[in-house]
Amino acid sequence: MQHTSTQDTLVGLFVASGVVGLLFLAMQVSNLSSFVEEDTYTITARFENSGGLKIKSPVSAAGVKIGKVSSISLDPKTYESVVQMSIYSKYDTLPEDTTASIYTAGLLGEQYVNLDPGGSDEYLKMGGKIEITQSAIILEKAIGQFLFKSAEEKK
Amino acid sequence: MDNKVPSQDSLVSVRNLSFSRGDNKIFDDISLDFQRGKVTAIMGPSGTGKTTLLKLIGGQLFPEQGSIIVDGQNVHKLRRAELYNLRKRLGMLFQSGALLTDMSVYDNVAFPLREHSQLPESMIRTLVLMKLQAVGLRGARNLMPNELSGGMARRIALARAIALDPMMILYDEPFTGQDPISMGVLVHLIKSLNNILGLTSIIVSHDVHDTAAIADYIYVLSGGKIVGQGTPKEIQHSESEWVQQFMTGAADGPVHFHYPAKDYVDDLLSTGKRY
Amino acid sequence: MIRFLQHLGKNTRTSFTKLGRGTFFLLQAISGVPSVLPRPRLLLNQMYSVGVLSFLIITISGLFVGMVLGLQGFYTLSDFGAEESLGVMVAASLVRELGPVVSALLFAGRAGSALTAEIGLMKATEQLSGMEMMAVDPIKRIITPRFLAGLISMPLLAALFSAVGIIGGQIVGSGLLGVDEGAYWSQMQAGIDFHDDIINGVIKSIVFGFVASWIALFEGYDAIPTSEGVSRATTRTVVNSAFSILGLDFILTTLMFGDH
Repeated sequence: MQHTSTQDTLVGLFVASGVVGLLFLAMQVSNLSSFVEEDTYTITARFENSGGLKIKSPVSAAGVKIGKVSSISLDPKTYESVVQMSIYSKYDTLPEDTTASIYTAGLLGEQYVNLDPGGSDEYLKMGGKIEITQSAIILEKAIGQFLFKSAEEKK
Repeated sequence: MDNKVPSQDSLVSVRNLSFSRGDNKIFDDISLDFQRGKVTAIMGPSGTGKTTLLKLIGGQLFPEQGSIIVDGQNVHKLRRAELYNLRKRLGMLFQSGALLTDMSVYDNVAFPLREHSQLPESMIRTLVLMKLQAVGLRGARNLMPNELSGGMARRIALARAIALDPMMILYDEPFTGQDPISMGVLVHLIKSLNNILGLTSIIVSHDVHDTAAIADYIYVLSGGKIVGQGTPKEIQHSESEWVQQFMTGAADGPVHFHYPAKDYVDDLLSTGKRY
Repeated sequence: MIRFLQHLGKNTRTSFTKLGRGTFFLLQAISGVPSVLPRPRLLLNQMYSVGVLSFLIITISGLFVGMVLGLQGFYTLSDFGAEESLGVMVAASLVRELGPVVSALLFAGRAGSALTAEIGLMKATEQLSGMEMMAVDPIKRIITPRFLAGLISMPLLAALFSAVGIIGGQIVGSGLLGVDEGAYWSQMQAGIDFHDDIINGVIKSIVFGFVASWIALFEGYDAIPTSEGVSRATTRTVVNSAFSILGLDFILTTLMFGDH
């Protein structure tokens, strides 16, 4: 029957578009695609204070996302924050004297690790350490310092 | 246990049946017999639970007391699968026809065949056309139920009821609201189907004359009791005042014209009260 | 006071018996699944009336909801200079909440009420009774395929709603208001987690589809078989579905996103 076959076609189209919608959500909207993608290598950086940094926070260089934070822990002796980062293997030419800083995207945005490549010819490898770091800016501290300074200047 | 012994050839026997809905006693210890191959009518005023009786026979309702034996099986002691097997051998014609509104006439008649048999579609087609021919509506097979008149819908429903070649058909008010021609057609169909197919028929109706014309035996029910029974001739000449009033349609008699109320004059004169 | 307690007691009793009947009904409907699966035609027909006929209202509403989110989100975020986060904001609201909830509410209004009316009318016109007398179980033949169709359609509809909404947000955000298109998508991908957000959203929509179909079918099956009874049942379907969907959403959200 003509009627039934058009109905079947429409049901088929409906199911297909629903599945496309689900795939769209999975691949285009969420981070699923970055899970399956490419190998990574791990590097470590120590910060005096890692602020609001979280696991899965992005790691970027020159504004390009090159990896993400894989673990954050406290060193029991030095009381420093030890941040491990997974960097995509295709970005394997980070110089050894790269510096890491924790920045905030926008005024209230998420915190992320920014890597500033140095000039060394040696590259960071799996398990490499970043020596020069700059901690997260803690807003209360910064405001406190600013007030203190301006009070001092007035004297 | 009962005064009447079920006779050998009774297909359905109802024994000491009681059923009530809320406080309303619909059947009070009644016993009926329906003979194999005969047309038996159950008559009575509206609201005497005639449809309820059909639903009890079909196992859709459960009695409070008593039993209903259909073809040697106690309907209400059967397990679900057995009950469904029994129902395949029963046809029921509902007052409204109860055709499935989302299917064409053809598919409606084919419905029980498709559900219960593994017959190939070509054979189903032959059977459906045969059943539709029997009710004279082979030409209406592509119509949808909402395009049918009431009489046609009942004839289609009848074709569907005989699709599985049942041993018995239950008719629920088959004549209500029919014009004289469709009424005549239905009366003729019920009678001839019963004779040709060797069916047993139970007709529930309050339509006195047409039912009396085709019934072999009549039970008259009122107030949960059997108030009269016998062949149409016996019923016509019944001595019961009640049966006489029902058969002739007199406005007053044992069944009063007035709903129970206090005295008319008193009621009119009692002013001051709202009701 | 006594009368009030009596009333309360009576209401409690009737709602418990109704819940009991509803549960029994649900179990019967589920037990019919094995007999429906070999007959995909039954399911396909219902997928048409439940899914395809809801397609248009769901996608159009999704598009508009997404566009409004884009607009409102942009104005709020631009106060903080965080317009770049528009993508993640639109996507998170849609995928976690609005997609499953709004599409379920629309589903209850479009498909649910139609199911109740259809089943209720079948009951009122003795079609269900007639089927029983033809030795066909109306629950297996009529209810189960519709229930399955609702269960399958709902997650697909919710996914469509979210997907179309996200595109709508992008049209407004980067098409009209000038948010960078790359930032819209990359912020979204960074902020939306496949397991935490997408999967949880899909689970929500499956739960809502289950509940909305159950309520719609049961109200129809349990309706008083008169035209008034059916119209009341249809109203109850929409009201009860909305309550259940919103209430369950709160519970599910607490369970899923509570530990963040």
